[in-house]
Amino acid sequence: MKVVPASENALIIYFEQVVTADTSARVRQATAVLESALVDVLIDLVPSYASLLVIFDLSCIDAATLEQQITEMLDAAPAASSSDGKLVELPVYYSMESGPDLAEISRVKKVSVEEVIALHQSREYLVYAIGFAPGFAYLGEVDSRIVMPRLDTPRTLVPRGSVGIAGRQTAVYPVDSPGGWNLIGLCPERMFDPLSEPGMPLQVGDRVRFFSINRETFLARGGRLA
Amino acid sequence: MKGGFRVNRPGVLTLLQDAGRFGHNRFGLTTGGPADPLAFNWANRLCGNDRGITALEVTIGGLELECQADTIFALCGADMPLTINGQPKESWRSQRVKSGDRVALGYARRGMRAYLAVADGFNIPATFGSTATVVREGVGGLSGNPLQAGDHLPCAATSSRQCLSLARGYRPVYGGRVILRVVSGYQSELITNDQQQHFFASEYRLLSQSDRMACRLAGPPIDIDIPDLLSEGVCLGAIQIPPDGLPIILMHDRQTIGGYPKLGSVMSLDMSQLAQLKPGGLVSFKSVTMAEARHIRLAADSMYRQINPEVCD
Repeated sequence: MKVVPASENALIIYFEQVVTADTSARVRQATAVLESALVDVLIDLVPSYASLLVIFDLSCIDAATLEQQITEMLDAAPAASSSDGKLVELPVYYSMESGPDLAEISRVKKVSVEEVIALHQSREYLVYAIGFAPGFAYLGEVDSRIVMPRLDTPRTLVPRGSVGIAGRQTAVYPVDSPGGWNLIGLCPERMFDPLSEPGMPLQVGDRVRFFSINRETFLARGGRLA
Repeated sequence: MKGGFRVNRPGVLTLLQDAGRFGHNRFGLTTGGPADPLAFNWANRLCGNDRGITALEVTIGGLELECQADTIFALCGADMPLTINGQPKESWRSQRVKSGDRVALGYARRGMRAYLAVADGFNIPATFGSTATVVREGVGGLSGNPLQAGDHLPCAATSSRQCLSLARGYRPVYGGRVILRVVSGYQSELITNDQQQHFFASEYRLLSQSDRMACRLAGPPIDIDIPDLLSEGVCLGAIQIPPDGLPIILMHDRQTIGGYPKLGSVMSLDMSQLAQLKPGGLVSFKSVTMAEARHIRLAADSMYRQINPEVCD
């Protein structure tokens, strides 16, 4: 672990720079420890794959004192466990009409469409980072048999709820946006709702499992088809 | 008709802003808030408001409002010709208006962004704890949008407030050149001394593609050789060096995480100056330590509190 300046009122904590469940667990644990211990001086915390940005109120504390406190608190914290995050189960309507890239993945990876769908649901994913847009959670890692590079040309409009694969990552698009991920289905749950708080079901370190629903259930749960 | 202001003309880009949205970066929500907090704070203070009350950020100008309440307002920041019912009025002081008055802003002669605050602020519901409008996210303000003609901006009527004026000597002057003080950090240790000296000795030009997300610069590229990074949290003022070597300074509506190398961050005080620089303006950088930056910031905050605006009616 290393603590480095980021700005006049921010320090960034670097953990081992690898994408693993262990590192992610340390990030999540550090976020929880600092959030409760430093509540009076924190402005914001930004956890990511292997780092935690700590933005603080410089009228309350100076960087050297804060760095020392951070180091002491994290050294004293018990070993982090990668299974501590909450488990969120997300329904997905996988189909040719809701997953326009299923056929291409099947062709390139030489697995049937049914297998692509089954493999996507076959494991629990970890939320490594949230960014790009509010509620856009980077989940990893997908089975190597369905790893697909981003599209050569991104779509100008990916509908809200689209479930995509890019490299070893998968995600649910929280709002209509451009995007280059391979789309395999639609999730009727809102991943970001500007009108409701907390508005977002996922945090870094949470675990996600997808399960299949049919068209009727998808529509009944408020899903929309183009 | 309920009290407030009707938007007759929204201008080029006018956004409702409070101090910003804090504590939600981890969900991917950016901070937002005024690009020039100094002018924003003065606009509120000259109305007798608490810090961080919802006001308007007017970029470039062209706004026209019709009053539907008797109140006071103040315009601070970029030098936009201000009129009430066609009569020229002064910025950097509060002005009394009554129902039916028309408040119009011309286009900025100096600076880029002006702040229009009213007594007790605009009465807008907060989303995620803030009214700050972030158009890209569709969050804050009126349904996440810039002002549009016909919008109604509710606010309370008041007749008891004094009008206040900031003495001319305290008003910022916006020129065509800024020197931004930088706290080294993030990947700076991976950037060679030669390239750091090159960066601090160079002068850049602000590009017109700059917006509330980021300021883009043209000038001598910085040559760095840093392997792929994992995306990490980025803070206000962070200076990214993308593969083309041209620095990008991240502003209030920045994405919350990013993967480009960064050599440090511009001091918050100087971000106010950058927010007032017009495209084509010149930008250079000066190195300060984190401890110096803190002292400069605290001294500026203390100075701000010590200045007493003058009662002017």
